[in-house]
Amino acid sequence: MTPNVVAAQPDRSTWLPLLRLSACEVFEIMVGSKLQPVAEHQTPPRLEFTSMVGLAGRICGVFTLCTSARSAALIASKMLGIEPHEADPQIWDAIGEVCNMIAGNFKNKLPDTGEPCMLSVPTVISGGDYNFRPLTDGDSLRVMLAFEGVPIVVSLEVHS
Amino acid sequence: MAIRTLIIDDSSVMRKIVERSLRQAGIDLTEVVEASNGAEALNALKSSTVDLILCDINMPVMNGLEFVTQLKSVESAKGVPVVMITTEASESHVVQALSAGARGYIRKPFTPDQVKEHVIPVLEAKK
Repeated sequence: MTPNVVAAQPDRSTWLPLLRLSACEVFEIMVGSKLQPVAEHQTPPRLEFTSMVGLAGRICGVFTLCTSARSAALIASKMLGIEPHEADPQIWDAIGEVCNMIAGNFKNKLPDTGEPCMLSVPTVISGGDYNFRPLTDGDSLRVMLAFEGVPIVVSLEVHS
Repeated sequence: MAIRTLIIDDSSVMRKIVERSLRQAGIDLTEVVEASNGAEALNALKSSTVDLILCDINMPVMNGLEFVTQLKSVESAKGVPVVMITTEASESHVVQALSAGARGYIRKPFTPDQVKEHVIPVLEAKK
């Protein structure tokens, strides 16, 4: 009789601080801006850009980075060293790549079990009037941080 | 050190950041060829000769690992070092990339100093 082999479930208790750290490192190194904590009572502005990166393999889920249009333009301008009004054509690309790096940075901070875990290429949605609903049960991790004084939201929906 | 380089990344923002980081590392870029995936890069190498290739892994059409594997059959690129610049930095990815022929591996996010630290030795070894 072959024994059942059950893969060890990753310990998720440390994931929220790791998600925060991953975002802070990416913004500090690649955007040149230190993310700050957000007061509990502070509400985010209208989040008009959502960048998404899928995670598949040992862990399945979706990373998202949600920002206002102004923050998205500022992210692109700071990454490229240009004025925010010149950054319009690069906004989608920039926030897609920032989300991709946060996802990769987070994944690289987890213990490497040797099992594959791949990231998708980013997808960016504009417009804030939508609902996001995963079709599986799972954990939802969400971090709100201030980028140049304006809240942004980084989250990870874990599907398995 | 004056070189021609090929930067492969599906993000045009990232291609510009890599180029800026190379210049900040003191590398004199006489020509920068850009490609948004491995297939485009292989095509570009038909008409361009370069001294260094910096390549992402996760890209549509043809990813970086497949590109490095296929690069071996490109006569004009024989001996041209490839340094991966990618978010995929698990040990298995590093081993795969180095086994396929990459000479270096830089993890995103990266500082200009990290680019310098990984690229300069690769260029010096090529001399």
